[in-house]
Amino acid sequence: MKLREVVEILDATLISGNDLDMEIVSACGSDLMSDVMAYVKENVLLLTGLVSPQVVRTAEMMDIKVVVFVRGKVPGENIVELAEEKGITLMSTDNPMFIACGKLYDAGLTGKGVW
Amino acid sequence: MKLHYEIPANDLTYAGEASSSVKKKLVQLGIDPALVKKAAVSMYEAEINAVIHGNGGFADVEVSSDRIIVTITDKGPGIPNIELAMQEGWSTASDEVREMGFGAGMGLPNIKRYTDKLDIDTQIGEGTKVTITVEFNKRL
Repeated sequence: MKLREVVEILDATLISGNDLDMEIVSACGSDLMSDVMAYVKENVLLLTGLVSPQVVRTAEMMDIKVVVFVRGKVPGENIVELAEEKGITLMSTDNPMFIACGKLYDAGLTGKGVW
Repeated sequence: MKLHYEIPANDLTYAGEASSSVKKKLVQLGIDPALVKKAAVSMYEAEINAVIHGNGGFADVEVSSDRIIVTITDKGPGIPNIELAMQEGWSTASDEVREMGFGAGMGLPNIKRYTDKLDIDTQIGEGTKVTITVEFNKRL
């Protein structure tokens, strides 16, 4: 699935990054960054309700290229700047975590990307 | 190549700067991305631990042709029971730390998961030294 489809499905707002042709094959939903580091095995799209610079740090360490903030959360300027510096795409959707994950899964994004 | 970083105490906003810098350098050296990830994630977790539990400290990194050795030394209270600290889910972190997405008792277990060798030298009331080794000839 292309990133532009993710944006459409989640009715998301793009905050940083512009490579909408990026191919997304798996996703992971978590508010716990240590779990992301423990269980993610491949490059995934991360859905999270946590808004902190450590989300971008975790994405950087795990080679995660896209982070979707759920429940309408919008990151602060310091987080956006950090993401731009690291080349990580950020977006925000009003969908809650369960619905956002469900919509993507239903649309064919079924790779779990975790151990 | 030897690198040295200061780790500031109790400031989670900047926690991860040292690990980020090391990751960048390993990528520049052309090291296998899977191995870079092992080293970066384990150093990052150790760096977070030094910030949230250890009153800050410093990181020393030694990169050679066959391995990377990261030593994180903190000035914290020490770990009274390493066996408990190594258990997934056991944590003494504050609510503030939990709000940042950490403190779920996965730090040391995650470091162990990603490293080829983990040494913990801890003294109650003095601090903790965590030494992480990632071999470049082994993959995850």
